[in-house]
Amino acid sequence: MASVIVPTAPSESRPGRFGIYGGRYVPETLMAALVELEQEYERAKADAAFQAELADLLHNFAGRPTPLYFAKRLSEELGGAKIYLKREDLLHTGAHKINNALGQALLAKRMGKKRVIAETGAGQHGVATATVCALLGLECVVYMGEVDMVRQELNVMRMRLLGAEVRGVTSGSKTLKDAISEAMRDWVTNVRTTYYLLGSALGAHPYPTMVRDFHRCISLEMKEQLMEKEGRLPNVIIACVGGGSNAIGAFYEFIPNREVRLIGVEAGGRGTGLGEHAARFSGGVPGVLQGTFSYVLQDENGQIAQTHSVSAGLDYASIGPEHAALHDSGRADYTSQDDAAALDAVVKLARTEGILPALESAHAVAEALKVAPTMQPHDILVVNLSGRGDKDMGILAQELKLQGV
Amino acid sequence: MALQFQHKPGLVIYLTAGDPSLEATLAIALAAIDAGADVIELGVPFSDPLADGPVIQRASERALAKGTSLKDVLEVARKIRAARPAAGLVIFSYYNPILRYGLANFADDSAAAGADGVLVTDMIVEEAAPYLKEMERVNLAPVFLAAPTSPDERLQAIATHSKGFIYAISRTGITGKQQNLTADAAELVNRLRRWSKLPVAVGFGISNAGHVAQVAEFADAVVVGSAIVELVEHSAPDEAPGSVARFIKGLHLEQSVLAR
Repeated sequence: MASVIVPTAPSESRPGRFGIYGGRYVPETLMAALVELEQEYERAKADAAFQAELADLLHNFAGRPTPLYFAKRLSEELGGAKIYLKREDLLHTGAHKINNALGQALLAKRMGKKRVIAETGAGQHGVATATVCALLGLECVVYMGEVDMVRQELNVMRMRLLGAEVRGVTSGSKTLKDAISEAMRDWVTNVRTTYYLLGSALGAHPYPTMVRDFHRCISLEMKEQLMEKEGRLPNVIIACVGGGSNAIGAFYEFIPNREVRLIGVEAGGRGTGLGEHAARFSGGVPGVLQGTFSYVLQDENGQIAQTHSVSAGLDYASIGPEHAALHDSGRADYTSQDDAAALDAVVKLARTEGILPALESAHAVAEALKVAPTMQPHDILVVNLSGRGDKDMGILAQELKLQGV
Repeated sequence: MALQFQHKPGLVIYLTAGDPSLEATLAIALAAIDAGADVIELGVPFSDPLADGPVIQRASERALAKGTSLKDVLEVARKIRAARPAAGLVIFSYYNPILRYGLANFADDSAAAGADGVLVTDMIVEEAAPYLKEMERVNLAPVFLAAPTSPDERLQAIATHSKGFIYAISRTGITGKQQNLTADAAELVNRLRRWSKLPVAVGFGISNAGHVAQVAEFADAVVVGSAIVELVEHSAPDEAPGSVARFIKGLHLEQSVLAR
């Protein structure tokens, strides 16, 4: 008998595919849960009550819409384009991550799941998840690599204060990738009772699509705010790319507007050798990691490479599959900024605008510092400032030698 | 003699290739076959084994630290096949090492090495079209996993596309030992029987003669993985083949009617 499931159409035309990228590469045990999630998400999307509850929380709890701030001093100093900052850093919990955490937690509640698990790199997604679980009365377990627990200790304490259990992950490189693997092991074991609240536009379908949809508000607002302030679309939008959730949220509404240049900034780390950075498009090749087909930093035997970045949130060997498609089609450009440039950008933004960006977002700022001076004064450049830098004070104190009397 | 079970229940032994060395894996595999293993699943170590528990994670790390590659694993397969022509041989891997090797190259080289089948842990039937085409081309059996959470329509698709045998996962979770088998396993095997006449092997958490006897009541074969890998971990390399052979004899498999 012919299979009822396996489609005859080429895989690229199926939902969950972005060009040739995306898909579902998971242990069979998770498939029923992914299908259930996909169906429930489709129903929720069409449910006005769900959308209204989410909109209310985004506004009254998280603080949307976020301002689109004209960085006047920075623009003047660089002497090029007008620079706007999309202030996702002003959201409750300190980063864009709350957009997706709220959406998925409402979905978990709708599905009757009482236990939520998540992975976190920089801790921003973990804090957002712990926060929404506290808000909705859900049990919360967050997996975090032990290296990241040390460098983002403040966020570990925030999650614990919010009532979440933070489980340190000691396998592999002890960073985001290993936290995702451990969360997936938990999910495969407790799949009947547990909701996996994945924090980036990564993983098996429907996650990359769903996470993007929950962050789409960023570009929707940006467009509206720019039309109001400038009466036109921007020339350039810049966002940092780890898994790629803030970037896809900032890009999405502008994808059809081909005159808007979209720039994703990866972590250049401390060098160009494999293991020294997280620049997937310059060092990676297409492969499968943690459920999805995308660019992956790997060795010649298909083993996943170590990565490095001063920012835990960008320190990941693969990238969201929709970015892989945008890269290949040429619709978005991807570049990288290294650790030193990101640290310089933190200082620059802090001292010209009084805004302390997260180290992740500082990679986007660093790219703007390079690009803006090459543009004309009437040009518009928007940086998606995905998070605030308070969480990074430990690293910044060390790197910028702020301690002492 | 592709993938036939000479014992009741049949015995599938999983080994992480290259742990503690490629030579040791070969010696252990041959000892396991001589002690009663019908099928060897030769595991390709992977850096991010998200379906595996701590025992196989550690074994993978040790094998990778020695530089074990997919090419090396296929060479071990070739040697096993040369030494034991009748044994069943399955290459067991995550998808990325295969993709990097090249799907067509992998199919050609696995077939040339004498493998009977392939099991890809993170490959589901919906994504399998290119993989199935290559398996078909070189006449290798694609073995799929079936899970207690798989609804009937998925089991039907899994049954349609599997060859050789179907690997039924005994419980939700990752690989590794457990005390008691859950009722999940029997129910899953019974559901699979509605869609397939292929032998069904039950794996995940099978670690002793009691489990084997229990599974024999409803399935055709058992897969023993982590228990063997842990035994190898705790044995000196030259003693591992003997330890594994004794362990297998202790599972008290019966010769099947077929073999008598």
